Amino acid sequence: MAESIITDELKSLIGVNGPESEAEVTTTGCRLFARAVGHTDLIFYDEEVAKARGYKSIVAPPGFLGTTVYKPADAERASAPPGGLNIPYKRILNGGTTYEYYDSIVAGDVLTSSSHITEFQEREGSVGPMLITWRETTFRRKSDGKVVAKGSSNMINY
Amino acid sequence: MSEQVFWDDINEGDSLPIISPDCSTQQLVVWAGASGDFYQIHYDIPFAQNTGLDNIIVHGALKQAFLGRLLHDWAAPDGRIEEFGCSYRGMDYPAEDMSVSGTVTAKYVDGDRHLVDVEVWTENPNGRKTTPGTARVALPTR
Repeated sequence: MAESIITDELKSLIGVNGPESEAEVTTTGCRLFARAVGHTDLIFYDEEVAKARGYKSIVAPPGFLGTTVYKPADAERASAPPGGLNIPYKRILNGGTTYEYYDSIVAGDVLTSSSHITEFQEREGSVGPMLITWRETTFRRKSDGKVVAKGSSNMINY
Repeated sequence: MSEQVFWDDINEGDSLPIISPDCSTQQLVVWAGASGDFYQIHYDIPFAQNTGLDNIIVHGALKQAFLGRLLHDWAAPDGRIEEFGCSYRGMDYPAEDMSVSGTVTAKYVDGDRHLVDVEVWTENPNGRKTTPGTARVALPTR
């Protein structure tokens, strides 16, 4: 393999938490997400059904960690490709994500999250050299600070 | 959704009931709005082709959410998904018939939790597992 592209600059990013972002889990957000996935369980749509099943409100479907609170100043950042690392590869793919849950997430919750890079890996793939960046994101419920979920994801630049 | 499955009745090797999710372009638009992922490779064919793709592709996170639906429908009402994740190993295109399924790989107890590990995946019409993943689910006991 050629010279490593994992520079000291990249290495220095490992473990550093990025900016905190806030996402709202709303009844409408849960319903739209559930609809997009084709869920039929009414706990994702109907507050009375959710309460009868022991939840405080409409339940966030698996994989829904709220809708990021949008501000116009975010527009430029949001339309840029994800990643934003100083590396020579132009193309990017989402490699995958794992969520671990520690509590139910329901409508009315506000989740704060921040991410940090846990590891860089270089590999020679079928499409040529690639850089895999692993990130961990922690999601806290704003009302009591409890960690309700963690996400581990990887992005592939090539 | 079906009747409650109980940990006692589950065996390693058991299959989860297959689901066949809707991956129409319309459904991808609903997902874009729901997820906030407005990357054009998921709805703009010329844009997708300019990046080297043959067609617009199904969002990876949507495929993961389909895995979540499979697990939820299997474990509900009283089971709970503790962890689920996947890798995106292949592209899926809208209007192809996708099937989503899983197999129980382990069954164990941790403290007072009765758990199963499940291998899950989405499969394209050629039988290729484009989104393999794993999950840990807590199930009620009889």
